Amino acid sequence: MGSVIAFWILAALVVGSAVGLVVRRNPIHGALFLVVNLGGVAALYLMMHAEFLAAAQVIVYAGAIAVLFVFAIMVLIPGKEETGPDPLRAQRWLAVPLGGFLALEIALVLRSTVFTTSRSPATVPGGVEAVGRLLFTDYLFPFEVTSFLLLAALIGVMALTKRKAS
Amino acid sequence: MPAGMLPVGTSAMPLHAYLTLAATLFAIGLFGVVTRRNTIGILLGIELMLNAVNINLVAFARFNGDPAGMVFTVFTICITVAEVAVGLALVILIFRIRRTVIADHLDLLRG
Repeated sequence: MGSVIAFWILAALVVGSAVGLVVRRNPIHGALFLVVNLGGVAALYLMMHAEFLAAAQVIVYAGAIAVLFVFAIMVLIPGKEETGPDPLRAQRWLAVPLGGFLALEIALVLRSTVFTTSRSPATVPGGVEAVGRLLFTDYLFPFEVTSFLLLAALIGVMALTKRKAS
Repeated sequence: MPAGMLPVGTSAMPLHAYLTLAATLFAIGLFGVVTRRNTIGILLGIELMLNAVNINLVAFARFNGDPAGMVFTVFTICITVAEVAVGLALVILIFRIRRTVIADHLDLLRG
């Protein structure tokens, strides 16, 4: 019973912060809402017994990415620029029925028997040991490719933002 | 119970509760991506969408008893970090050249 209440509180927190992120025009508010959202998702991971991912979520997203966003917003100071008439106003009338159609489709898919059969959550290891064991045995090649991707991103960012000497 | 295994606990929420939550988050993020005109706002929306995918992966890992989903979530987190770093670098570079971060004003390639 307690976990049900916790799930609903977390779901309200996550969805509310996501709506706030989208609705507020000030990007610095958006970045702060993103921190709330990512913290809520980390708590959801804890509810699903994925302890390692919850810790990684807090460190990587709420730590590194949020700081990066706030830093970029502070550098750019894009505060009051989202004003003026919307140049694509006519498309809004198309967006409402299409969004409703997508929501209906998702609801129909989620009602199918694949998802609604009462499967009890399995005993799955979620700590560092289980994830690390898989990461360094079955998924060693994707792991190395990911590390190479991070290195490429690092070098690419440095090359992009470097000022020309001239 | 072997070492490293966790008790099932009393998680009463069914799988489709998590999937519905993830779908809602994904839709909100997509709405943000298409409606925001600030480039940083678009990147924030993409963050939301990637997080929704992560919730799905972890939920399937938990309910299918296969920790491979958690490993894929680790990969997703790494790729998100790379995407945000490169994206923000591009935004800063564009701002240095055009003095704006509004996506509507970035029409250099328009014929």
